[in-house]
Amino acid sequence: MAKHERTATDKADFKRELTDVVPHLRAFARGLCGRADMADDLVQEALLKAWAAQERFEPGTSMRAWTFVILRNAYLTDMRRNRFRGEYDENVAERILTAPAGQEEPIHLSDMHRALLTLPAERREALLLVGAGGFSYEEAANICGCAVGTIKSRVGRARAALNSMLDEGSIPQRSIDDQGAHRAILEELDEVAMGNGQAAARD
Amino acid sequence: MNGETEGRDEKAGRVQKHSKNGSEKPGWANGLRQLYDTVVNEPLPDNFKDLLSKLDDQD
Repeated sequence: MAKHERTATDKADFKRELTDVVPHLRAFARGLCGRADMADDLVQEALLKAWAAQERFEPGTSMRAWTFVILRNAYLTDMRRNRFRGEYDENVAERILTAPAGQEEPIHLSDMHRALLTLPAERREALLLVGAGGFSYEEAANICGCAVGTIKSRVGRARAALNSMLDEGSIPQRSIDDQGAHRAILEELDEVAMGNGQAAARD
Repeated sequence: MNGETEGRDEKAGRVQKHSKNGSEKPGWANGLRQLYDTVVNEPLPDNFKDLLSKLDDQD
């Protein structure tokens, strides 16, 4: 890839595209970390990183995919630094995972969100990318820096878990209060973080 | 977080509990998309507008 000085037009184009994907970054981040304020902080961090790394963006490729990698890396780094952990298990889980009492009727988006947040991080992100973000398996694999087969398997497992939670009406009310389950999720996240091999937008 | 408001709208907030005639798509698949789209369609908070407008000065 030839290096060239970025002109004012390049920058303006980049910024326009970056601006266009902000709503998508917010949606992805919200799905990943579950809390609107933390998600928005994460997006702001990702935007600054993307701006600083703009010469690494290849015009004509997907800005959404490129910035998702940056957002994902920022999320994993923050998680590893425990930035979200303390708050997550003590407040967020409490608030998000406590089901409203005695409402088992139709599935609401709040149930959907709660169920989603009980999934291990790597399955949750795979499902978010493919099932919500509309990425192909190949694109999702690129974003996560793993094989297409791995993404397919994560999405499959995530779907199976949601099927049993949502279609069969067995949404765990406070599964993250279960210390063992919570630890397992965090350990899995650490593995994802360590194995994240994506190079395209690494920061 | 915004589950309450998201769930209020009859059309947008409810997801079919069961898939129709055993098709591959589970009933909640649409809800996942809605969850994402709900955030996509939120108006952009001012702090994002501020941040974006300041980017140009950051070189």
